[in-house]
Amino acid sequence: MPPKNGEGKGLTPKVKGKNMCECKLSEGAKAKFAELDAFIDGLGINVKDDRRRGYLIQVLHKAQEIFGYLPREVQKHVADKLALTEAQVSGVVSFYNYFTTEPKGKYIIDICLGTACYVKGSETVLNELERVLGIKADAAPTADGLFSINALRCVGCCGLAPVMRVNGKVYGKVTPAIARTVVEEIKAKEANA
Amino acid sequence: MKKITSKADLMAMYDAAKGRLALRLAGAKTDSKKKDILICGDTGCLVSNSQDIIANLRAEVKAAGLENDVNVIQTGCFGFCAQGPIVKIMPDNVFYVKVTPEDAKEIVQKHIVEHKLVDRLVYVEPTLKAQITDCQQMPFYKKQQRIALRNCGVIAEENIDEYIAAEGFQGLAKALTEMKPADVVQEVLDSGICGRGGAGFPTGMKWKIAAGVQADEKYIVCNADEGDPGAFMDRSIMEGDPCSIIEAMAIGGYAIGAQNGLVYIRAEYPLAVSRLQLAIDQARELGLLGKNIMGTGFNFDINIKLGAGAFVCGEETALIHSMEGLRGEPTTKPPFPANIGGGYWGCSTNVNNVETYASIPIIIRKGAAWYSKIGNWNCERDENGHWVKTISGNAGTKVFALAGQVNNVGLVEVPMGTTLREIIFEIGGGIAGGREFKAVQTGGPSGGCITKENLDTPIDYGALVKIGSMMGSGGMIVLSDKDCMPAMAKFYLGFTKDESCGKCTPCRIGTRRMLEMLEKICDGTATEDTLVELEKLANTIRDTALCGLGQTAPNPILSTMRYFKDEYIAHVRDKKCPAGTCTKLYTLKITDACIGCTKCKRNCPVGAITGEAKQKHVIDVNKCIKCGACIDGCPKKAIVKE
Repeated sequence: MPPKNGEGKGLTPKVKGKNMCECKLSEGAKAKFAELDAFIDGLGINVKDDRRRGYLIQVLHKAQEIFGYLPREVQKHVADKLALTEAQVSGVVSFYNYFTTEPKGKYIIDICLGTACYVKGSETVLNELERVLGIKADAAPTADGLFSINALRCVGCCGLAPVMRVNGKVYGKVTPAIARTVVEEIKAKEANA
Repeated sequence: MKKITSKADLMAMYDAAKGRLALRLAGAKTDSKKKDILICGDTGCLVSNSQDIIANLRAEVKAAGLENDVNVIQTGCFGFCAQGPIVKIMPDNVFYVKVTPEDAKEIVQKHIVEHKLVDRLVYVEPTLKAQITDCQQMPFYKKQQRIALRNCGVIAEENIDEYIAAEGFQGLAKALTEMKPADVVQEVLDSGICGRGGAGFPTGMKWKIAAGVQADEKYIVCNADEGDPGAFMDRSIMEGDPCSIIEAMAIGGYAIGAQNGLVYIRAEYPLAVSRLQLAIDQARELGLLGKNIMGTGFNFDINIKLGAGAFVCGEETALIHSMEGLRGEPTTKPPFPANIGGGYWGCSTNVNNVETYASIPIIIRKGAAWYSKIGNWNCERDENGHWVKTISGNAGTKVFALAGQVNNVGLVEVPMGTTLREIIFEIGGGIAGGREFKAVQTGGPSGGCITKENLDTPIDYGALVKIGSMMGSGGMIVLSDKDCMPAMAKFYLGFTKDESCGKCTPCRIGTRRMLEMLEKICDGTATEDTLVELEKLANTIRDTALCGLGQTAPNPILSTMRYFKDEYIAHVRDKKCPAGTCTKLYTLKITDACIGCTKCKRNCPVGAITGEAKQKHVIDVNKCIKCGACIDGCPKKAIVKE
């Protein structure tokens, strides 16, 4: 499974992932699975229908919304509910950039690397964020679990390039200094909380 | 809500609703007390607090006791995103730019109550350096012809009544009551419209092939997986005029004999998804989707399918696989989606792009004869190298997302045959920051760059291919002398490498190898042999990859090497980056112009700058991360790249 930086996103449900899931999913997990089940049941999927697979991406979107990411347990659960194999589900999860098998930080910083943002210097903003936070884009969050960086391609606000989003809030015409300030403000807020 | 069960019902609703738009149409009398205040509510402007502006304007209007005469309306995109958020006052045609929520009071008090202009918010034309109040006189709009974007920035986007007031669904009514399916296909064929997603295949031909397939179950699909980074016209149309997509898909369904419509839309566009869903719900409530539409016995409904972030899903076979819950990998054609066995669940399927659909209702309403006269040019060079325009049968307008180093970033819609120079220097207002034009990239990661010599090329599918680029979905990135061409090629390859689905070897491995070579070039570790290898590999991949993504992935390299070979040579032979963007190929130095103001020292995030006040400062190149913060802040421009 080659795509996505060739870093074997598709191979992620390995031992490390599994261990992490077990501890992460124990608390409150039941309620989350119940919420997911209610959503899937509401779709009225007939497990004997060959076309049930057409619901898979929709279900995975919901699952990621509920759990924040798609660990192996969740993938397996979705596979069971839709009467698909785990391989079919994992194949889809690993293919699409939107799905992640790793947990994300509390603050998800999206940095747009679309062309319009790139030519306006979004790469320097990304470099600065990576330097300040000590993590790489599209990789594990900071050790304190506060931040992750997502590099994404075009949110369609090219008039505001370069664009950065923090948990959905958009910052336009960002410079490395602005990005640094935003991170420092969040850190200060969290330290006082 | 009363259902529309006949064309007469629709026309009655139109008659009742059309007054809503009276103030917003061209030529409306300006002496009336009544005003419509329009504010863009699309993603870009929402970010800049347009919601607060709307709330404040409404409160001010109420406070002034004008709520019976003045409406505050959230509309779609005006296209002029660089100046957003924009407040437009109709029927006065006055355009206020870069408005903040705090400006609401002044706008209402001064403009509406006292009938005076709010000078400080009036747009200043960058080339003329003059204020322009009347938006019809702005160079940005003068050469545009808004057809696909006709309702964006005019109607309230979340209200189907306004779409009906703008003659919406009359194209569908005409098709269902006055035309046979074959007539509709012929009309679209005669109009000369071609696929606006970039491939340029005649839409009518596509419909004709799908209509010719005998099957009970067919699908009509809208490709809203706008993946070209830097293109956002499809998002704007879906956010600003979602009903036009619904009407067009219903017309298409009638023409090809499909009862099911699907919109495949990127998950990165949450606002577009919710606006489209709202429009679908409203259309269902009015009976404009569902069973027996307008009492004609035609049944049609639309559902939304979400993408999950994969550029390759813009390719129609990959898109269909993704809708079926599979990995979005393309397959070889034939079978084409229109063929039995080639489409959604094996059914005959017709896929068109958002912008194409947006033009369909008006084509049916006004007729092919009207549309085919717009921009209907075939552009060929004569023996002297001059462009000659002949009637081509490929007509209409194209929307471009103008971005990069240009003054007027935004969405522009121009007739085919408009030249690049007109788009960039007249509509676009020229290069930002007084820089020099270097190239314009069209066609996104699949396209190429176009240089100064070819600026007079008319926009036309064939003409752009001849000069080494392509139309694409309409991303138009303007580059200036501070943009490094090998770095641009590296950027695009980084994108295609990430987005390669991995199915075929040339693309999966080839894009990665090409990217590695470009990284070496930009890091100054490549040799002239690298350039030879790179060009050879690029040509091989172009000839052997499975689908459009891989076949076109080398284009940014081949076209930049063709026009900017000297820049590549500077990188590999002299280890210099002429544009000064490749960080490994320069160091920062403070010149004698330094006055010792200490600003750079304070701005530096890594403490690489030392020096006393009023003394020349020094940069420690070992600590410097080349972020450029010192250059941006220096009042004497004393920091240079060497």
